[in-house]
Amino acid sequence: MDGTANLLLNAIVSGLLLGGFYAAVSVGIAIAFGLLDIVNIAHPAFILLGSYVAFIGNSLWGIDPILAAIIALPAFYLLGMIVYQVYYVAFERRDDQSLRGLSFFFGLLFITEVGLVLGFGVDYRTVQAVYIGPSIKLGLFDLPLRLLVPFLVALVVVIGLQLFLSRTFIGRAVQAVAQDQQALRLMAANPTRIKRIAFGLSIATASLAGAFLIIIQPIEPSIGREYIGRIFAICVLGGLGSFPGMVIAAMTLGIAESLTATFFGPSWAPAVAFGILLITLAVRPSGILGR
Amino acid sequence: MSAGAAPAGMRALPFTLVLIAIAAVIFLCGRWLGSSYAFFMGYVVLQYVVLGTAWNILGGYTGYVNFGVTAFFAIGAYSTVVLHKLVPATPLPVMMLIGGALAGLVGLGTGYLTLRLRGVFFSIATLALAVVVQTLITNWDFVGGARGVYVLRPRVAPLIGGEYVQYLFLMMLIMTVIVLVTARAIERSALGYGFAAIRDDEGAAEASGVPTLRLKLIATTLSGGFMGMAGAPLPYYVTYLDPASGFSLNYAVNAIAMPLIGGTSSWLGPVIGAVLVGGLQETLRVTISSAVNVLVAGVLMVAFVILAPQGIVGLFQRKRR
Repeated sequence: MDGTANLLLNAIVSGLLLGGFYAAVSVGIAIAFGLLDIVNIAHPAFILLGSYVAFIGNSLWGIDPILAAIIALPAFYLLGMIVYQVYYVAFERRDDQSLRGLSFFFGLLFITEVGLVLGFGVDYRTVQAVYIGPSIKLGLFDLPLRLLVPFLVALVVVIGLQLFLSRTFIGRAVQAVAQDQQALRLMAANPTRIKRIAFGLSIATASLAGAFLIIIQPIEPSIGREYIGRIFAICVLGGLGSFPGMVIAAMTLGIAESLTATFFGPSWAPAVAFGILLITLAVRPSGILGR
Repeated sequence: MSAGAAPAGMRALPFTLVLIAIAAVIFLCGRWLGSSYAFFMGYVVLQYVVLGTAWNILGGYTGYVNFGVTAFFAIGAYSTVVLHKLVPATPLPVMMLIGGALAGLVGLGTGYLTLRLRGVFFSIATLALAVVVQTLITNWDFVGGARGVYVLRPRVAPLIGGEYVQYLFLMMLIMTVIVLVTARAIERSALGYGFAAIRDDEGAAEASGVPTLRLKLIATTLSGGFMGMAGAPLPYYVTYLDPASGFSLNYAVNAIAMPLIGGTSSWLGPVIGAVLVGGLQETLRVTISSAVNVLVAGVLMVAFVILAPQGIVGLFQRKRR
């Protein structure tokens, strides 16, 4: 086996693993933007908040970062409900989502970022866990546990959410909100309450995604911005509101970035998402599996 | 357009003359004070007046949110760096024109690809655009790459004499007059009514024969171009420019926050916002800390969009009624 082919295969495998992580990062936006039509560009800031929660739990009490994120889930869920309530009262009810609603989330993004800088400084932070460092060798492939563990947990989360949305009453109500809010109201269900729950879930996923992020790479407060392009590229490429499409798109982006990093250097990787986003918007705006 | 343009131009003349007079008085006061700190601070505030007004031409008038202010701003700044290295003798106004033209072209391209879709896609694309332009600059060694680049500021200002920062200030003052006159002229022309129609109901505007895509592209190009022009003198102002500072999120937040705080419906809003927030930030930077001053714009912006969606101008309009 020659070197280039080996490099190529390993880049594809680590791209797939990275894609699983990207799916966990994007699933919150797939709910908020894809189903609720709330363009929460502050989502990466909430993810970073999750990373710092994992960091605090890990460095102060030695809790596993993923466990810390699971403990923090209810708090993030609550935070999401509060943010949605403010958004609803201030923008959705006034029908002013586009200009001021977007600016509201942009402000949240900025405030969170500066708040994290004030609280933790701009140093890179890391966490300790047994699966950070070692990797499994499977024939030709190198599977770093640091990527494999988030990949597996992310798949569980995405599949769990998909089942929740398709099998439970509340989940189906969320999908109904996405289709016809007025009809839901006629069925005596309160769309605002359903949307509040769904947005709470969306922000709750940020807690887990944040833990994955700090497991995969050292973090600092401004790193979230790199993920805005990625998240929206994935959601648009996958087709808004389609979870399977999102997973395929996340894997595609993961592989594309991994190949770019391997053959052109890691500093070019952030541009890949933008390229994919622009091409998708120009060629097929409804995405791979669009509604 | 042609029918409405002539009278609008006539009405714009007294306004232009008044603005030029105010600008001249400001500049002469600065000369009389002779404090270089005043010029440095004034430059920052004027830069934000230009950035805020430029953002407002697209955001406030048509309702399309551009989050990629830093991309356009940095294109202007880095085109100056390139010119400074290749043709050091280029006069600053020419550099500003070139930087503005490049940024305007990028605006046109981004708009062409995304403006046919729903508005949020344009916003998302501009967010990503900021990251991609930063990636390109970081990987471009000629302009210093990630390490940054030093740009030597000439010691003496050309034409007017005195410190070079006075020349930078004067350039920004002229830019401000141009941008404000343009913004006001747009507001009162057929173009402005077209923009407002897009903002209020794009579907209805399209159905009534408003060429929405063309108008949106005009707005994006103008807005991006002015942002690029505002960024062009930056390398001479800071003398050391690296991607992290050139693409600082502060520029984007300020450029968006200031019109929203001042009021997006008229040319006066961004001016009020920039002077107020810019002045407040500078005071806080001197008295408390530089970390707190960047937070101010973000917090004020969120507070204003929730509590006073029409901005300061809107508060006064409501009182008058």
